[in-house]
Order: sequence, then structure tokens, then C-alpha cells
Amino acid sequence: MAGAALLGRLTWQLASVVDVVPETSRVKTIVFDVPEWPGHRAGQHVDVRLTAEDGYQAQRSYSIASPPNRARIELTVEMLEDGEVSPYLTEELRPGDQVELRGPIGGYFVWEPSSGGPLLLVGGGSGIVPLMAMIRARAGAGSTVDTRLLFSSRGWDDVIYRDELAGLEGNGLRVVHTLTRSQPPGWTGYARRVDGAMLAEVAPPPADRPRAYVCGPTPFVEAVAEALVQLGHDPPSIRTERFGPTGG
Amino acid sequence: MDARMLDGNAVAGLLQEVFAVEITTAVGTCAGCGASEPVGAVHVFEGAGVALRCSHCDSALVKIVKDGSRVWVGFPGLRTLEVAV
Repeated sequence: MAGAALLGRLTWQLASVVDVVPETSRVKTIVFDVPEWPGHRAGQHVDVRLTAEDGYQAQRSYSIASPPNRARIELTVEMLEDGEVSPYLTEELRPGDQVELRGPIGGYFVWEPSSGGPLLLVGGGSGIVPLMAMIRARAGAGSTVDTRLLFSSRGWDDVIYRDELAGLEGNGLRVVHTLTRSQPPGWTGYARRVDGAMLAEVAPPPADRPRAYVCGPTPFVEAVAEALVQLGHDPPSIRTERFGPTGG
Repeated sequence: MDARMLDGNAVAGLLQEVFAVEITTAVGTCAGCGASEPVGAVHVFEGAGVALRCSHCDSALVKIVKDGSRVWVGFPGLRTLEVAV
């Protein structure tokens, strides 16, 4: 399957919406049926293309949320009010609708159970999506590799996949939340942006040579990657994926 | 730090369109400072075209301009590109 995912010219294909599932007030998961989907690896993305009646096209990249080895793929999309594509995907799409997509794309920001660990996943907001594909792939393979997820969200109701993450904890997976803007009554967890002190507490020590995957808005990724390097983590072991403020 | 900065992952589809191979794991070497890094890790700036810049010295490695039917790819600062085959 790796070969199928690795090689070949990309072609656009029609994907049919099977389901649209709300995750939070601003985020939805869209389940697509993609005929002849060649399979994918956790962390890969697809390009989605919309064409207006006048021929105007808009294209965006979205990480695949679902683990490999499923005939259907899931994209989890955050609605950006001034976005060109995300409002359509999250508010307008209904089961049976079709969009054009191509993929799977990418190989750098990819983790597979055979890649081993320990694993440090750091996500900001919808940057959780490719990390969730890795966590789901890990669970699906029955892997118990030491995995720490540090997940930054604005508030408790903004935590994407909150219940599923709680259910997956254990078996070597530790989930740590930080809530940067508002915290529920009695919250005892982190309540600030991810910083070096937090990473030092949550991450495996640099001597254990963890594989780090950091995904989120560009300022978040820059801050986390810089802090990890300052803590002594090896720069090539830190893989990053950034999305811009106008990415939707 | 420019909040609009992206990385090589953001242009993986466009580059695969051109090269027909997965390109984010290909390793580029900067002609300016000699640093090598995977394409997925280089800095990317999107405007009228796309510029890929070295994350170490900020040299422009690759410039890409696209219209409806063609893609122009320039390599102003890329010494080598090592691709798995």
C-alpha cells in the first residue's frame, strides 16, 4: 500500500459525501466515499477543489482524519468565517453531494505504527486532525508505543474529538489538554499557551529521542518547535505542519 | 516570524503534479548555505506565485508560478534534490 500511496501523478476524482458529523460548534467531520481510493498513511492530506458555476475554482488542503485501511476517508474541517472553502464544506454539504479531491498527498508528516516511538504529538486547534489519524492508526494496530499528546484548545467545548480521545487513553497513550482562553469550573489542567516548561513536563526526555509531530497555525508551530529545540530535542526529529490564517 | 508562512507540506500536491512522485520526503540542499532538509520542512510563501525558502538561511530555493494549463518551476537556490526512486 505504501507504494500505491507513494507513486503516481495525482488526478482529481469525485468524492461523494456519506455523512457530516458535528465535532464542535465550528468543526465538522465530513465522511467521503472515494471510488478507487488507493489507501493512505496517517498524517497525509488531500487537496479539495470547488468549482463555481462561472468556472472560478478554489482549492485547499485538508488532513485526513481517518486511519488507513478504510474505504471511506474522513476530513475534519474548521469553519473560518471569511474562508472560501471551509464554510461550504461545513455548512452546505449534504449526504449525496460530490466534491473533487485528489490524494493521498505527502510523506514527510507521516507516522505509522512500524515507525515506533516514543511519540510526542503537539496539536493546536484543528492541527489535531493529522495527529488523530496517527492516534487512530496506533490504536487500530494495537500498538502500545509510548505516546504523549499535548493538545491546545481555546476552551473545553472547542476540544475536537474530546470524548474519543478520553476513550483511547491508556495502553501507553497519555492525553494532556491546555485550554488557552476559558476553562470550565474546577479545571486543574494547563490554562496557557504551550511553552517550554509545559513541554518539559509532558514530553519524553530528549535522551529518549522521541519523534515529535507538531501541527497547528504557523505561530503555534514556530513556538513549539523552537521550545523543543531549546529543550535539547534533535531538530530533524521534529516534524512540523503549518497552516496559515487564511487556509480555509 | 511571518504568520502567513507555510511549509513544504502545503505545496506537496502542486509539486507531485509536476514531478509525479511524493516530494515532501525528497531532500533538498541549499546552494546558499549548504543545509539539507526534506522538502516538507522548507518554508513556503504563497503570493502571486509560490516561493520555497531554506529554513536555515532564507535563500529562495524554488519558485513556482502556475496558470490554468502550465506550471513554471525555477530553481534559483537549489543545489541538489535527492528523490527516492
